[in-house]
Amino acid sequence: MEEIAPSYDVIVLGTGLTECILSGVLSVKGKKVLHIDRNDHYGGEAASVNLETLFKKYGNYQEGTKPWEAYGRPADWNIDLVPKLLMSSGELTNILVSTDVTRYLEFKQVAGSYVQQGTGSKATVAKVPSDATEALKSPLMGIFEKRRMKAFIEWVGTFDVKDVASHKGMDMSNCTMKDVYEKFGLEPGTRDFIGHAMALYLDDGYIDAPGKAPETIDRIRLYGNSVARYGKSPYIYPLYGLGELPQGFARLSAIYGGTYMLNANIEEIKYEGGKFSGIKATMTGVEPEMKFETKAPMILGDPSYFPDKAKVVGHVLRAICVLKHPLAGTNDADSCQLIIPQSQVGRKNDIYIACVSSAHNVCPKGYYVAIVSTIAETSANHHLELQPGIDRLGKIEEQFMGPPIPIYEPLEDGTKDNVFISKSYDATSHFETTTDDVQDIYRRCAGEELKVEGLREGVQMTEE
Amino acid sequence: MADSAGAPRPSSSVKLVLLGEAAVGKSSLVLRFVNNDFQENKEPTIGAAFLTQKCNLPTRTIKFEIWDTAGQERFASLAPMYYRNAQAALVVYDLTKPTSLIKAKHWVAELQRQASPGIVIALVGNKLDLTNASAAAGGNSEDEDEESSGAAGGDGGDESGDARKISTEEAKTYAEEESLLFFETSAKTGHNVSEVFTAIANAIPETSLKSTRGPGASNAVSRGGDEQRVNLTGPRGDAAKDSCAC
Repeated sequence: MEEIAPSYDVIVLGTGLTECILSGVLSVKGKKVLHIDRNDHYGGEAASVNLETLFKKYGNYQEGTKPWEAYGRPADWNIDLVPKLLMSSGELTNILVSTDVTRYLEFKQVAGSYVQQGTGSKATVAKVPSDATEALKSPLMGIFEKRRMKAFIEWVGTFDVKDVASHKGMDMSNCTMKDVYEKFGLEPGTRDFIGHAMALYLDDGYIDAPGKAPETIDRIRLYGNSVARYGKSPYIYPLYGLGELPQGFARLSAIYGGTYMLNANIEEIKYEGGKFSGIKATMTGVEPEMKFETKAPMILGDPSYFPDKAKVVGHVLRAICVLKHPLAGTNDADSCQLIIPQSQVGRKNDIYIACVSSAHNVCPKGYYVAIVSTIAETSANHHLELQPGIDRLGKIEEQFMGPPIPIYEPLEDGTKDNVFISKSYDATSHFETTTDDVQDIYRRCAGEELKVEGLREGVQMTEE
Repeated sequence: MADSAGAPRPSSSVKLVLLGEAAVGKSSLVLRFVNNDFQENKEPTIGAAFLTQKCNLPTRTIKFEIWDTAGQERFASLAPMYYRNAQAALVVYDLTKPTSLIKAKHWVAELQRQASPGIVIALVGNKLDLTNASAAAGGNSEDEDEESSGAAGGDGGDESGDARKISTEEAKTYAEEESLLFFETSAKTGHNVSEVFTAIANAIPETSLKSTRGPGASNAVSRGGDEQRVNLTGPRGDAAKDSCAC
């Protein structure tokens, strides 16, 4: 077994996606990185696990039985613990391309993006229109509303925040999205799917906030541009599951000299004069166990490694379900996202369903993995909160649902003690907030903006 | 290895992963194969996503995508992604260092557990230039010197100048038991290096080959739903579709 160096430029704890992107970027920039995880696998909370691991994690089987054996080879399953999809024109895609991590991964389109209108037996599921043509065909709107929606989408396409002439007489820095909707005469149902299925807001807070309209328009455009890129939906998904993403960035870091260690317990995080100075840790799973100490001027990590430096800001509910059929109303899509806007089911937060299948090498042929999630609004009976989503799934072969999952945020920005902590993966259906966090942490710890474009140019030592 | 002859042969990409203890000469073997080059005291590998090299067989061309561990094996932290879809593996040991064969056996077991069932594994004993056998290794004019053919020095020769600690028979018997291809090589002199890759190329079953993008690729057997695959690198990828995949 080799030796750990006496010091590094950065120590990173936890191999979630946020941490792995940061390690990759810092390594390419020439920093000497030591990246440690207490688990025996990459990904932390954002890992993809096999069915056996999932049963054992949730413990929903009888001692002595092996229910996973009924589902083929455990290794054929790569089930995400955090349900998210990539926006094909989003920032994560940009980072993947700029860093060349795309070389290690293969992506496939998600076949459709759907929204539910109404509830119970009257619920209908329809494709989210992404452009003016689709708006005119959509069953989500009546004939006159379709025209209003078409006018709105066309305006979004031409809107330029700097060009007052494109503002239709509205004061964009002060008006609300409600003002914009009213200007176009859009009905509440249309506002619902624009805000929740296209702008992907989790609640209705954006509607009445003054000055929020340009941001909303940006989000609608990101949705539209993402759909336009490959055609079927705004989303793409990596073959073998989301757990491939952190692995890809860890490899990027490693080929630029990053040192990786799994199975390591952090025994002590040391400080000198109130600032981070080093760690004491033990690598297990090897004989003999390897105890070591090393120093660094800064440390990055996920909140689980710094329980006294993070606070809970909410809880997400998730149910991971194994199905033998595609979701009803999705035209037998091998994968999809279905959004149930909060107002349709009397909630404050949307319910998301993300469904992938053997088309993405996450399960054997004939199976589908659907994850239903939302933000917890009550303190009990959480399964009832997810029920409108569960109702969309039809017959469920296996269901895994644990207690509400706390969402953490750091207490401080880290500039005082050089401890930079990431946020937990939130309830959004995509990675845009994750990459925001990456950029934010990079700005705080490196003292400059993160520019991924051209990152590897000039530092690439070997090319094909 | 440039090939200028005649009609284009079918071309297939093969992912090949390198495994073995640190400093047994994994990267040196690849460097010899890819660039026909050798560097004394090579630094551990940095910055290469993977190297590619073509291997021309009589009926087809195999394009190896060679993945280096990037040091992630050092603290037992190699990601499952590394083995994913690998069609071939080169498990390297240093035939002057007994512990490196033990480690090689560990990797073979790991591959049998984690990798695709049809993977072609080659066991390679490197640093043949440090043994007496190197005299018989024949045909190359390069001077023998005291330098080892890997990043780290060998254990030093015994009186006969032969630093070999692992007999050919021992490793060969093990390779036969596990159905592995087996070679003894010297990355330093180049002895047997291209032979290893050619043997791997020949051993890969025709059925497990998928064509690379390029002319004729549209006829390739595609797995269901392949039309949904996306190429994130945009124009660069589109251009590749229109031109030869070479």
